[in-house]
Amino acid sequence: MDSELQEVGLLKGLAAGDRKVIEGIYKDHFNMIQSLIVNNNGSSEDAQDIFQEAMVVLYEKVRMGSFELNCQLKTYLYSVSKRLWLKRLQQNNRLLSQEIDPNTTIPVEEEIATHEKRDAEFELMSQAIQRLGEPCKSLLEAYYLRKMNMQDIALQFGYTNADNAKNQKYKCLIRLKKLFFSEYKNGTSHG
Amino acid sequence: MDDLRLLDAVERYIKGEMHPDERMHFEQLRKSNTEVDQLVVEHTFFLQQMNRFGEWKCFKSALKEIHVDLAEKGQINSARLQGKAKVIYLWNRYKRVSAIAASIAVVTTLVISSLVWIIAPASPRSQFEELNKKFSQLEDKTRKQAKEIDRIKNKATAVPQDIPFTTGGTGFIIDAKGYLITNAHVVEDAQQIAIQNNRGEYLVKVVFQDRERDIAILKIDDPNFKPYISLPYGLSKQTAKLAEPIFTLGYPRNEVVYSQGYLSAKTGFNGDTLSCQIEINANRGNSGSPILNRKGEVIGILNGRQTNTQGFAFAVQSKYIFDVIETLKKQDNSPSIRIPSRSLLNGLDRTEQVRKVQDFVYMVKVN
Repeated sequence: MDSELQEVGLLKGLAAGDRKVIEGIYKDHFNMIQSLIVNNNGSSEDAQDIFQEAMVVLYEKVRMGSFELNCQLKTYLYSVSKRLWLKRLQQNNRLLSQEIDPNTTIPVEEEIATHEKRDAEFELMSQAIQRLGEPCKSLLEAYYLRKMNMQDIALQFGYTNADNAKNQKYKCLIRLKKLFFSEYKNGTSHG
Repeated sequence: MDDLRLLDAVERYIKGEMHPDERMHFEQLRKSNTEVDQLVVEHTFFLQQMNRFGEWKCFKSALKEIHVDLAEKGQINSARLQGKAKVIYLWNRYKRVSAIAASIAVVTTLVISSLVWIIAPASPRSQFEELNKKFSQLEDKTRKQAKEIDRIKNKATAVPQDIPFTTGGTGFIIDAKGYLITNAHVVEDAQQIAIQNNRGEYLVKVVFQDRERDIAILKIDDPNFKPYISLPYGLSKQTAKLAEPIFTLGYPRNEVVYSQGYLSAKTGFNGDTLSCQIEINANRGNSGSPILNRKGEVIGILNGRQTNTQGFAFAVQSKYIFDVIETLKKQDNSPSIRIPSRSLLNGLDRTEQVRKVQDFVYMVKVN
């Protein structure tokens, strides 16, 4: 019971983006995943990629407010990493060099499917922002991602006043929305 | 109402920044006008998407930073495979390819190197300025004094306070055990060499010098030095690409100085194929500075500039560091130097990258 409570505490910290907590989870589990990947045809770079992706899957889950893993955190990360790595090996036509005991993992297919869908959406957003070009890209990032206020933005980007910067921001935003939604609707209608 | 003002109203409505009566007015408008209603729905979704995207990006870069931090502190197994595990892994992965590749490589190397030796023109070095700085004009005099001191303090191990160092450059760590690299011209004719940065000041000795490639390898020879756990950057074996953004850290002053630019030509002074041309602000003392690319891989060592121009400099390509190490290995009782080939800095933002690299770049003081 105690350790379960402790893990819920960790997950709440993770959801809040607490750096100490993220670091703790990272430290306690990375080596395990690294040996999984390295013993199965992967490099340590692959291990870093896969583990970080598994952390993102976990992060997205707790961000949605669900702290129920139905298993230990360790098992969860291991299962997700294993699944992700199998997928990648299949894409590259490589195979696992040793069979992994199915008892140590839990089914995570659904979670990975959600994760992939969300990843694709983020990728769309990232591309749309890239295609915007400067100064729109920096302006929108400053306001919407770094949450700077309009006065500071006006100062930093050299606009005469906050209202001016705001107008510019909305012009950029309209363009970004057009770029994003044209791709987004394309993507959803095809898939 | 024009588009911008409508969007502003929608955004303030979603964020709950409207006054109560303005809000009421807007809600009525929303009910009566389906287009406005649709815009509210769409924009709510979009803002949510942006927000999530921001958090996602933030989280991913936090993970990368944490990885570097933990690897540096030795709290997770170092990113590089070591010893036997690496050999087995590489062998499994590449056994089919390696045999063919090796035979092709041998033949091509022989052909190319013989061609290069025959064809390469001897370049006039007079217009080429090496960027080691002179601390004073009293070089010769001080050297004699230093020799005196040397004789007296022969057994001293720590850096003696009273050696007047006359010239200098920059150097950077290539092996966590305490090996550095700098330009051969920086340490040419050196009697005493010391290095210094925020971490401390250490005595070093020259292990190997290659005047042709302008590369020197130094070893920290000081009881006060504690070896690093790992290096944040790796050394690239590839030739850098044209227009690739680069940055450097060096000691043109007594303070570490950051500078950025791009690779402007694949060859150096007078078509020299050992080096490349970079558009960067370099000054005396920058000789030996690492040139890093966006991923945090060292692609070269800054070594000089053309005397009659400003704004660009030349750098020895980092793949020649590997050549020098190979040459060194053939010598008797040579030290085993392991160069990291993988950078842990990929994906970090520039200020983070610089913060990590800083501790591994030293001012090289020569007398």
